[in-house]
Amino acid sequence: MTGAPLPEPAASPTATDAGVPSTARPPRPRWRQTLGLLARNPTAAVAATVLLLIVLMAVFDESLAPSGPNEIAVEDRLQPPSPAHPFGTDDLGRDILSRVVLGAAVSLRVGFLAVAFALVVGALIGLLAGYYGRWVDDVLMRFMDVLFAFPAVLLAIAVLAVRGPGAGNTALAIGIVYIPVFARVTRASVLGVREEVYVRASRSVGASDFRLLTRHVLPNAAPPIIVQTSISLAFAVLAEAALSFLGLGTQPPNPSWGLMLAEGRGFIDLAWWLAFFPGMAIFLTVLCFNLLGDGLRDVLDPRQRTLMAGSGR
Amino acid sequence: MFGLVHLVPGDPIRLALGTRFDQETYDALRARAGLDQPLVEQFFGWAGRALRGDLGVSFRTGETVTSLISERLPATLTLAVASILVALLIAVPLGTLSALRPRSVVDRVATVLSQIGISVPEFWMAIVLILVFAGTLGWLPSGGYVPLTEDPAGWAQRLLMPAVVTGVVSGSVITRFVRSSVLEALGADHVRTAQAKGLPARQVFTWHVLRNALLPLVTVTGVQLAYLLSGVVVVEIVFSWPGLGQLALQAVQSRDYPVLQGAILLFAVVFLLINLVVDLLYTAIDPRIRR
Repeated sequence: MTGAPLPEPAASPTATDAGVPSTARPPRPRWRQTLGLLARNPTAAVAATVLLLIVLMAVFDESLAPSGPNEIAVEDRLQPPSPAHPFGTDDLGRDILSRVVLGAAVSLRVGFLAVAFALVVGALIGLLAGYYGRWVDDVLMRFMDVLFAFPAVLLAIAVLAVRGPGAGNTALAIGIVYIPVFARVTRASVLGVREEVYVRASRSVGASDFRLLTRHVLPNAAPPIIVQTSISLAFAVLAEAALSFLGLGTQPPNPSWGLMLAEGRGFIDLAWWLAFFPGMAIFLTVLCFNLLGDGLRDVLDPRQRTLMAGSGR
Repeated sequence: MFGLVHLVPGDPIRLALGTRFDQETYDALRARAGLDQPLVEQFFGWAGRALRGDLGVSFRTGETVTSLISERLPATLTLAVASILVALLIAVPLGTLSALRPRSVVDRVATVLSQIGISVPEFWMAIVLILVFAGTLGWLPSGGYVPLTEDPAGWAQRLLMPAVVTGVVSGSVITRFVRSSVLEALGADHVRTAQAKGLPARQVFTWHVLRNALLPLVTVTGVQLAYLLSGVVVVEIVFSWPGLGQLALQAVQSRDYPVLQGAILLFAVVFLLINLVVDLLYTAIDPRIRR
């Protein structure tokens, strides 16, 4: 793999200092560098494109779906895949393709909400624990350890048992499960940044903790958190499917992929397409989030990259 | 020990669950189960009895929690051990091969396979396997469990599919660890020295690479085993496998505190035990840690 596309050295020595590009060629913002690098990684680029399509599909679900997700046509029930119904129909004659398209909105919404919740709470806890250390660290991280020690699925099920089933509660349940993961990742990353010279320098000129945290610590501690976000999205979609499959997540007649799988399970001998296509949708989405996460790790976390790519030391 | 005290069945869960009872049952059960006492007293009462092996009685069935759990334990242990074997059978060869030839075809195929294994929903794979092997081909029963002592052939037939499903997922995770730890070990100075000494490649690999790559493998296998012993609820349900996951799910759904507490205590103990075994294995594998 080639290195980062650093700004090309200026032809004339206009740079004021070594390594600082001239004002004529401002350095590309970091997010654009990242995007550029990501585009050179074919797997990650394909994964990102497919995800974009899935997200678009989820956003424009109503206008994309060939028919209403809950449109019942009993005379068409359990039709195998055909030009009229590319993914077939279910036991009530509902078009599976339409339900898969609309299910994307449900599954992704829950996934994004869950990860956003875990990210905000977890990163805040990790930031405080890592930055202040000592008793703050001890109290917060022991609490995280307790949360982490519960089997993930059971913890989510317990939250749902308390709050009742439904999409919003499913997001909350999955979010709670992933808080410790984000707290740990953030804390580890902050510990690495906290003692950097620029942080100490900024502190020595009297910058407030808030300024230090938001301007210096968080931006520099961000890469592993971003990678974790992508990977967690994969697991959140998977978890939503599992919980809906158990009947605790999204409730019928709303089309969630996990729920469709559960409904299709009863007809598996008669009509394989009922369970097959929603399963494929889950699999494809999760796979893409995972691949994107790997790609992001390659780009953002070079230490991991040497390890993973095996370019030796 | 610190962890154990804190882990003891979920003060938060327990408190919150309480609010969902309907009032009559709630009051009756509260009195019977001693839930009207202060939480701290409840906790010490429960912990004291638990230490003497008394985990209480199920709200739902009236059976003792210990008997409910011990009924389920064989099935769970069987599945977990079988799955971890499947996982290691997949992960060790695949991870090692791809580390030995980084960026080769084998490596790429292995990477793709492990990504697929991590991403595939377990319950979907379970359903597809049932469709193919129990439905179309009719080779295997679609689910259930019989003890080994009663019917060894039936036991093996019923174990195969669930073990493969959970094994493939765990195996995919472990493959990635094996790959990176073997890669790291390959790059270490002592390996280069051994190669420079002219030792046969096989000897270098067995004694210098594999042994060093073993530590992370032991850790991740421990984590996976702990997960398999506690978290395969969905697979258990698809294959009608009467394990602890199903028991815990039922307990959550019926707010059966004693059973839930017993199950979570067991998971915590298992978690600690596995960590202990992992630590002991560490010292056995790596003499440096003994000091």
